[in-house]
Amino acid sequence: MISILLSIIPIIAVFPLLFAITTLLERKGLGRIQNRYGPNRVGPYGLLQPIADGIKMLIKEDIVPRSADWVVHFLAPIALLVPVLLSFSVLPLGRNMAAIDLDGGLLFFFAVGAATELAVFMAGWSSRNKYSLLGAMRAIAQMISYEVPLVLSAIPVVMLTGTLSLTTIVNQQAQFVHGIGSWNLFTPWGLAGAALFLVAATAESNRTPFDIPEAESEIIAGYLTEYSGFKYALFFLGEYLGLFALSSLGVTLFLGGWSAPLVFLDWFPSWGWFFLKLFAMIAFFIWTRGTLPRLRSDQLLRFSWKFMLPMCLINLLVAGLWQYSTTWAVPGAPLLRWVICLVLIAVPYVALARVIEPKVSKRVYRYAA
Amino acid sequence: MHWSFYIVAGLTIGSAIAAMSLRNIVHCALLLTITFAGLALLYLQLNAQFIALAQILIYIGAVAILIVFAILLTRGSDAAPASTRPLRGIACGVVIAIAAFATLARAIGSSAAIRQTSPAAQTATVRQIGQELMKNYIVPLEIVALLLTAALIGAAVIALQERRRSE
Repeated sequence: MISILLSIIPIIAVFPLLFAITTLLERKGLGRIQNRYGPNRVGPYGLLQPIADGIKMLIKEDIVPRSADWVVHFLAPIALLVPVLLSFSVLPLGRNMAAIDLDGGLLFFFAVGAATELAVFMAGWSSRNKYSLLGAMRAIAQMISYEVPLVLSAIPVVMLTGTLSLTTIVNQQAQFVHGIGSWNLFTPWGLAGAALFLVAATAESNRTPFDIPEAESEIIAGYLTEYSGFKYALFFLGEYLGLFALSSLGVTLFLGGWSAPLVFLDWFPSWGWFFLKLFAMIAFFIWTRGTLPRLRSDQLLRFSWKFMLPMCLINLLVAGLWQYSTTWAVPGAPLLRWVICLVLIAVPYVALARVIEPKVSKRVYRYAA
Repeated sequence: MHWSFYIVAGLTIGSAIAAMSLRNIVHCALLLTITFAGLALLYLQLNAQFIALAQILIYIGAVAILIVFAILLTRGSDAAPASTRPLRGIACGVVIAIAAFATLARAIGSSAAIRQTSPAAQTATVRQIGQELMKNYIVPLEIVALLLTAALIGAAVIALQERRRSE
């Protein structure tokens, strides 16, 4: 009983706290990118801003539209938040620090993550608002399209480690060769896989440049339009926790999880390394949000099916080649397999980018002059 | 039987009954999702971890979304007009349900598989399942993959024709 509580409470306590810190960091970072200060009124340097926001959200009036389906409207934020919290249970947050070491941990993560699409639909449909429904449909189309490259970019890791257990995947990366950690990122397939995973994760968590479901200029706030007060805050929390979960999975699969990059840095606590890497990922997401413009819906779907998917399949083949070339006995084999694998990834990358580039034609406006 | 079995079984059957009897078709689809989740929990209780996770991934992640999309694209989000249910239809349904249940129960009860004392419950690891699929059952797996690819291409061809006709 106590061990159950000891595994659940840190997850419920730490990640929402991380959410509070991240909202502040994000607003500060975006402010600096846009040449302004960001929040700096509540507390020293605006540090207490998340608390003020939380209290504001709690005491705000909760408005439910008269024609809304209130049961589904009420359940949607919960249906979004619970699967996301569940997905943290299989992530190893440090040495021997996974809440449950499932045999099919990676499968569990993706299975639970798939349930959030239904929550988005519930929110959009129950609001009885055309913008909500449009936003939900956009979100679901996007999440389904990008789930395919997301899963496919993780498969090379499963192929080469031969396990779905996230704990084992990290343990295999936590060994040092010549003093350097043997992270999956330091292989050609890992490099390509990590890049594909990062893009797919950005789209999966509806972050800029893939935040079309919440494009304010077109459909108000998408499926969040009719939510206010604490339900809105729950959605916000669920979205950020989803981002943390996907980032943690990326760290686990490609960046060596809780392991140190160099052998003489191994004294630093393992959970410290994990959260350092997680913060690096979050910083990357804030940076892209501040710098990249929003895509169009059709561009986004085309990018997923015509570029991400073929690249993921090619990466699978490269991972297979990498596995079989470990036994090569040619002099200079380590360098040779690196070069061959990199060429096998780089050539299709350039070729595909040329092929799918749409021909520029004069834009035709149907409903505008 | 453990008490958690009765909770999960009650949830599954209750949501299935509600999914059949509610008027609003989107509610029915959402309740059907709970039925799928209940089935996944039952698999988990039977130590079939892989099947349970695959059930969640496929039925909740894909099939439920597909149902919901189909509803929204074909009849809009409005509730269907209340249809009167003729007594004859209900009677027919009950008879068919009883007949199907009786046939299945008889077939399962008289099969040889159920007579064998079941071996001690063992959990098949994902690794074992993968190796079986890739070694002993590679031909069925490839045939299924080919069939699904053919279905996918067929769906795309039909969709393309429809678009050309509408233009």
